[in-house]
Amino acid sequence: MWKFLVPIAAFLGLVVLFVLGLNPNRDIRALPSPLIGKPAPAFNLTDVLDPSRSVSSTSLQGQVYVFNAWGTWCVACREEQEALLQIAQQRVVPIIGLDFMDDRTKAQRWLQQLGNPYTAVAFDPEERTAIEWGVYGAPETFLVDAKGRIVFKFISPLTLDVWQKEFLPRIEAARKGGA
Amino acid sequence: MIALTLCAGAAAALDVNGQIEDPVLEARYESITKQLRCLVCQNESIADSNVQLAADLRRQVREMLLAGQSDAAIFDFMTARYGEFVRFNTPVEAKTLWIWGSPFVLLLIGALIVFRVMRARSRMPLDDEPTPASPEGPAGPLSGSR
Repeated sequence: MWKFLVPIAAFLGLVVLFVLGLNPNRDIRALPSPLIGKPAPAFNLTDVLDPSRSVSSTSLQGQVYVFNAWGTWCVACREEQEALLQIAQQRVVPIIGLDFMDDRTKAQRWLQQLGNPYTAVAFDPEERTAIEWGVYGAPETFLVDAKGRIVFKFISPLTLDVWQKEFLPRIEAARKGGA
Repeated sequence: MIALTLCAGAAAALDVNGQIEDPVLEARYESITKQLRCLVCQNESIADSNVQLAADLRRQVREMLLAGQSDAAIFDFMTARYGEFVRFNTPVEAKTLWIWGSPFVLLLIGALIVFRVMRARSRMPLDDEPTPASPEGPAGPLSGSR
């Protein structure tokens, strides 16, 4: 009897693997970040709009915030901008930008033309902060809790849907747990 | 998506900084950068990729080498930020044991099956061997039944 069940069980196992592996909604290039649950890497950079001002992790201590890596070379970031502006209007948490691999004047022009959803934008022309955060493309969006830990990372353009489903519940939880 | 467009035009990547003067360090640099995956073009090493991220990671490796850090420290730095996927060579450790061990387990299962089949076959009479004829001839249906 069990001899008949073995191939059937093996087949069902394969079906499960295929369903999981071939899911069209799964981004096969998106990698899980090893930084989830770990302290957010410290940074201290200049503000892209005003080089005399600094944007640093210490000034954000004790706050839940969103950390969004982007650059003017990134087409998907342009696509994401509309959603970011709407998210910023909700005024839920500060949105800190990380402009990397970029040119300061280009970035300034971008923010003027498309609007600025950010509380502050850190300018990282040498990508040192991007490397610390394990950023390998753009846009990438992190959520940091009040204890300064990375609780979530989202790779690809943010949408209002993703914001509602993935970010808002975690922000709520981070506030309850981290206050 | 965006990453793909960034991958265009990758050959052997050139370094702005040129070679490291110390040949021992340069050899280690070449070996390490060949073992690290460029996450933008996921099948290229950072030694081969011309993408900006690969150049940045090569700079990181160079700086760490010049600062006297060990190979293990450099790999740890990369995996702490980018995950195990940055390494082309999967290290043998407790959680990767099943990856390294599964071929041997499969081999063992195969060997067991072959062994059982062969033993079963050896018990069966061979077709081309003439059955030893009994002196009274084959047992007839009437000979010893009931």
